Formats: sequence, C-alpha cells, structure tokens
Amino acid sequence: MHVPLSYYLILSAILFGLGVLGFLLKRNIIAIFMSLELMLNAVNLSFVAFSYAWQQISGQIFVFFVIVVAAAEAAVGLAIIIMIFRNRASLNIERINLMKL
Amino acid sequence: MNQNYLSSYVPILIYFLLAMGVAGAIMLLSWLIGPRKPTPTKLSPYECGMLPTGDAREPFSVKFYLVAILFILFDVEAMFLIVWAVVLRQLGMYGFIIMSIFLFLLMVGFVYEWKKGVLDWAPRQSRRG
Amino acid sequence: MSVPVTDLLRILPELVLAVFGTLIVLVEPFLRRTQKSLTGYIALIGALLALLSTLAPAMYPGPAFNGLVLVDGFSIFFHFLLLMITTLTIVASFRYLEREGLPQGEFYALLLFATIGMGLMASGNELVLVFLGLETVSIATYVLVGFRRTEVRSNEAAMKYFLLGSFATAFMLYGIALLFGATGTTFLPDIARQLAEGGGMRTLALMGMGLLFVGLGFKLALVPFQAWVPDVYEGAPTPVTAFLSAGPKAAVLAAFLRIFFTALEPLSGSWVWVIWATAILTMCIGNLGALMQDNIKRMLAYSSIAHAGYILIAFAAHSELGIAAVLFYLVAYALMKLGAFSIVSHVSAGEAHQSIDDYAGLHARHPLLAACLTVFLLSLIGIPLTGGFFGKLYIFTAGIDANLMGLVIVGVVNSALSAAYYLRVVKVMYMSEPQGNLAVVPVPASLVFVLTLTVLGTIGLGVFPSPILQFAQQSVLPLP
Repeated sequence: MHVPLSYYLILSAILFGLGVLGFLLKRNIIAIFMSLELMLNAVNLSFVAFSYAWQQISGQIFVFFVIVVAAAEAAVGLAIIIMIFRNRASLNIERINLMKL
Repeated sequence: MNQNYLSSYVPILIYFLLAMGVAGAIMLLSWLIGPRKPTPTKLSPYECGMLPTGDAREPFSVKFYLVAILFILFDVEAMFLIVWAVVLRQLGMYGFIIMSIFLFLLMVGFVYEWKKGVLDWAPRQSRRG
Repeated sequence: MSVPVTDLLRILPELVLAVFGTLIVLVEPFLRRTQKSLTGYIALIGALLALLSTLAPAMYPGPAFNGLVLVDGFSIFFHFLLLMITTLTIVASFRYLEREGLPQGEFYALLLFATIGMGLMASGNELVLVFLGLETVSIATYVLVGFRRTEVRSNEAAMKYFLLGSFATAFMLYGIALLFGATGTTFLPDIARQLAEGGGMRTLALMGMGLLFVGLGFKLALVPFQAWVPDVYEGAPTPVTAFLSAGPKAAVLAAFLRIFFTALEPLSGSWVWVIWATAILTMCIGNLGALMQDNIKRMLAYSSIAHAGYILIAFAAHSELGIAAVLFYLVAYALMKLGAFSIVSHVSAGEAHQSIDDYAGLHARHPLLAACLTVFLLSLIGIPLTGGFFGKLYIFTAGIDANLMGLVIVGVVNSALSAAYYLRVVKVMYMSEPQGNLAVVPVPASLVFVLTLTVLGTIGLGVFPSPILQFAQQSVLPLP
C-alpha cells in the first residue's frame, strides 16, 4: 500500500501552520514554546517524506540534526523561562513589555 | 487507485467507530443504571487513603525544571548512540573515534554541571554553615 | 574509512576554537573565585591561535569532508574577519565582566563556540552544515544576550531573541526541506545543477527559497523582520551587543551570499527584485527609527538595521564587484560598530547610563573617548578619510555598475539623513554641559587596546583602502 507524497506534505504544512498560529496567538510562554516544537516537527515530517520520495538518505540525516538542535533550543529556552519566572513570577507574554519598540 | 487507497482505510474507520461506541455505551450505562448516594467522604479526592493536603496544581520546584533540562540534553545522546550501534561494524575504527570525541564532549558537559552543583538535590551540609 | 589530514587542516581554526572552548568549560569550575579572569586569557590565546591557524586552510584551499566544507577565498576572508571580531570582543569584555560581576568562564566559552558556528557558516557548502553553524551561533548568543541573569531587561531581551530566533529557524528549516524536496539534495552545487537543468519541481523550489529568505532575513534583521533588534540590542550586555552587531551578522551574510549566489543562482530572476525592495525598506525604516531614539544602544541598533540595507544594495547588484563591496564594507562596519559599542559599554557603567543625554560634555571628562566616538560616528555616516566612506563608495559603485540607479539614490539620501542622528551625539558630546555627576572612570588598558585598534583600522581603511579591497576582490565567490 502506498501513501502519496502530497498527503505527507499537506499534513506537514497544516502542522506547520498550526504551529505558526499557536506562536502568534498564544499568550503563555510555555504554549508558545510548544508551538515552536510543533513547527520543527512538521518540518521533520517533510524531510522524511521527501527523503523517501527521492530515495535519498540525506533527508533523514537532516532530521537527526534537527532533533538535536530542537533539544538544545528547548534546554536554552526552558532556562530562559525559569530565569524570567524567578525575576517576575509571571509567564504571560503581555506582561513582558519593559522595552517598547 | 485513489478509490482503492481510501477504501483501505475503511477497517480502521469501523474499528474507530466501534471503540467510541463501546466506550460511550459503558459510560452511559453506568450513569443510567448505577446508584448514586454522594457523601462528603466519597466526593473528596483519593490520595492513597491519606487526607488530601492542599491543591495538586501548585507550581513545582525549579529543581525539577533543571533536571528536565539536563535530561533533554543527555536524552538526545541516546539517539546518536543507537544509530551508531546499528552500523557499528561498517564504520569500524573511524566511527569509534568520532563517537569517542562526541561522548568526550558530553562528558565535559557532565563534569561541568557536576562541579557547578546542579546535581546536588539537597543543599550540602557544609554550605549551610 | 579515515579522514585525510588536509581535511582537518581545512577546519583547523574551528578545531582550535573547539579545543580552547572545551578547555575553558573544563577548567572553570576548578578555579577559585579570584582566578576566574584566567579564562579570559585562555580565550584570548585560543582566538589568536585560531586567527593564526587560518593560514593553514589559506594554504590548502579546497573541499573537505566529501564537499561538506568548502575552503575558498570567500571563506578565508570571513574567517579572518570573524576571528578578528571575536578577539576584539574578548578583550573588550575583560573589564566589563569584572565590573558587572558576571560569570566569566561561560561567557568566553560561549563566545568561542559561537565563533565555531560562524566559521562553519562561512565555509559550509551544504545546507546541513550551514544550518548547524547558524544554530550554534544562535543558541550561544541566546544565552549571551540573557547573561545578566538578575536584570529584567536582559531576561526580556533573551526571551524575545530566543522566541523570534527559533521562529526564524523553523521557517528557514521549512525552506531547506522544500528545497531538498524540489531537488533531492542539500549540497549547494548540486541544487544549482538541478535547478539549472530545469529538473526538480520549480514551484516547490521557489517556495523553499522564499521561506529560506524569511528565515535568513530574520537573522540578518532585514525589514520587515527587524522588530526584535532594538529590544535585544538594548537589553543585552553591551559587549554582546557589539559582538551581535558585527559577528553573527557577517556570518549570516556569508551564508546568505553563498546560498543565493551558488545554489539559487539559476533562480536569480526571482530573487533579485525581492532583495531590491527589501534594501529600500531596510534603509528607510532603519534610519527613520534611529532618528527617534534617545537611548544610544537603540540608536545604534537601528543604525545597524540601516547598514544591513546598504549592504543589500551591493547584494542586489548581483555581480562580483558587489560581493567585493560587501566584503570590504563588512570589515569597515565591524571595526566602527565594535569601537562605538566598546565606548558605550564603558560610559554606561552598570548598563544604567544609556541615554544620549548622558554623553553631554563627554569631551570634558574623557577627551580621547569623545574623539574616538566621533571618529566611529563619522565613519558610520560615511565621511571621507574613514572606512565607512570607502565602504559606501564601493557599494554605490557596484550599484551604479549594475544599473540600480534608483537604489543608489535612495542609499545616498539615506546616508545624508543618517547624519542627523549621528551628529546629534557628536553635538551633545562637544556642545552641551555635563549633566548630573557622572564619575570620571579611568579607561582600562584592555579598552585602550581595543579602541586603538578600531580607530586605527577605521582611519586606516579610509586612507589606504587598497590592501583590504584587493583582498576582498580576490575573495569573491565565482559567479557564472
């Protein structure tokens, strides 16, 4: 049984779009953070699908590196979130507005 | 081909509906048939027979987040190790050296966090005084 | 399978930096509180050795690691530039970290690691490596921006930088995924070959290119993706601001140039006008924003946005002359930005006095400091006898050469406009009476060293531009 490539791509695009929406609409830093992870994983899905379609292993190798980078980003992001929480005791993004544009 | 392709999902759809139906039916039946005599003891949350102590939704200690951060990093290490283990024989000495460097760098990180006292769960006796 | 020695020689600067960075991380926890400044010297030795070892890839250019790394003149030029920036940043941070009571070892280690990432971006010939390099820089700088842990503004800057940076990364990755999907490879020359032969899926490649542009544009702070810059530059510790405005910017530009001029060259008809429009927007918004600032760090942040716009003129020229102009401009720009921010970091002790009014009467308190800042500001305007003048001249020449008259006119008008806010600082320094009781803090020796080098460099480029210009001309990417 064969699932066409376009199905994976559409799913990946939908997931990426959901991530973007979550990033723009959510107000809690942790939720924004989860939206970012969703975006990265949507990209991973595209990579694997393309990798299968082209029969090229390099797409899958890229996924490994994306996972590692996502983990490192998550660690740094969590650390920044803790730092903010310690100093302000709030994770609402609208209250983090000391500097104006 | 498209027709075929979609029809291959029909069993999954049937299974899905069946599972939902059974679960829903059981909940509905227990709600319809079961006797209800609420008492304060029955309504209180169950905590291993102890009396409940406060709300469970209070913030966790920051220590847990630190452990989570460290876990994420060392967790990903396993991903590379498994990939390497699968092709261990083909890569031979070259792969071994590369992985050794990788693990050495992780060990450096580990030594760093250890010396910085991140792993001390409770404050050290000597530091208190 | 084994690694040829030449492969290792070709990434020698990165190896040296990695060894020294790791060394700092290993040594730091074992040092006493009073010995922590030792890590700064280790970092300085590491950066200088890396600078020296750039001669190795310069002598043995060529591809390494199955073409993953490509050492050519272009990457060598950027290695020299980036390592110079790192070295100067390390020296400029010596006193700053002690004064602000910040952890030292981590700071220097992160700087070195960020430099590894920048080096890899400059020589990466594969999208995987470019991506990894970019992320190494980004993650290290996220931490550096939030380095003043107890300071709320620094926290806020770190969070904004992190969130928008990761957002940009996701877009860039999606772009890479679509390019991979369109061509079946992430190797830059192969992408170019596929696209030139009309193979692969054109629409998919165009979409990927667009997303890649958005991602890189975010990192490079091009309008309309510049919103994070003023906040991050203001909240970050000033030496980090200096580093951010010079180093990662140059490295991202290196990757930008290499990807668009190598892999996406066959699609150049579709991206040149995008660069053209972005250049105009970036110059205008950057300069208009800078006009309205009272905080000197924010003013310099907007000015760096505007300068990215000037650089895009040369990018849009789409010629070897344009690339040479970009390279020369980056050197001049790095020198003046590093110098200006070093002075800001000295004057605004405790990051408290950042207002332009705090520079009132600076010439009475620190005549030399005021003179140095004046040189940098004049160079940022592009007054003759400074590096900024020749930088802009070459960029506009490249623009005229490529028949981009409209773009060049906008650039010249913007340069004139920018004089207003730069000269305002000069006026405040020389014409106004000192306000309040700002103490006269003696300038530390490390800062004197940095300022001497940057002032000499800025004036030197303005008087004898030809050596660097020749180096830049020899280092351009070959265009078909």
